[in-house]
Amino acid sequence: MSRLTLKTEGDTHVVVTRRFAALPKAVFRAHTEAGLMQKWMLGPEGWTMPVCISEPKPGGKIRCEWTDGKGGDFHLTGEYIAVEPYSRTVHVERMFLPDPTPDNHVETRFQAEGDGTLLTMRMTLPNADARAMMLSTGMEEGMEASYARMEEMMGSGQLAA
Amino acid sequence: MRDLDAGFAALADPTRRAILARLASGEATVMELAKPFAMSQPAVSRHIKVLEDAGLVVRRAEGTRRHLSIAPQAIDDLDRWLISLRDTLARNYQRLDQLLATMDDEGKEET
Repeated sequence: MSRLTLKTEGDTHVVVTRRFAALPKAVFRAHTEAGLMQKWMLGPEGWTMPVCISEPKPGGKIRCEWTDGKGGDFHLTGEYIAVEPYSRTVHVERMFLPDPTPDNHVETRFQAEGDGTLLTMRMTLPNADARAMMLSTGMEEGMEASYARMEEMMGSGQLAA
Repeated sequence: MRDLDAGFAALADPTRRAILARLASGEATVMELAKPFAMSQPAVSRHIKVLEDAGLVVRRAEGTRRHLSIAPQAIDDLDRWLISLRDTLARNYQRLDQLLATMDDEGKEET
């Protein structure tokens, strides 16, 4: 029921889908309210998000700061373009690693499906230089560790869960 | 539309991951690859076929021998980025599942 899919579309888009066992309102709030975002948008084990600003309205600001507590940190800023409670948001974001990545345009849809929600996130692929930068910095410094975790998760079926 | 599922499905098996790990240290024949595994050569060949179909492994014929190696572009920059994105999202969404379980239909956290 909750399998994550991730596909590329053309040369410039990635489409992610995921199902959740909660109504769209709850999933939408978890994606747009700072206090809730801080509880799960954390990336690899050991990272926290001590600063989170989210103003879910057109033109509203987004700012997230992550740290690993060991001197590693990076942040993201963005702006909401469209907000339709509790079904859709469009925003742009860029990461500072510390140099900014090109703007990533993200459309997120929250659709009721049975007792749950189908989340569809359509984002713009960063160009090759931006990817290389993202891969070589901060959050991704432990690529080997990431692969190992991916294997663990595949082994335990979590990636398909 | 490009689909990473074949690659992920190919990697979702411990034998195939072991085969890739072996090939990471250099090219090998089917027989050499089959040696460490407690399974028949045809069974190992089937695993290799899955890896080939997913574009992760390529073969080179030399007489009757077939030498297998990891496809140089198997995991390119884009795939690495997508894999790391998928890894991050998978972890985040597992945490979100747990958070949602503590919230009511209105999205308020239950105490």
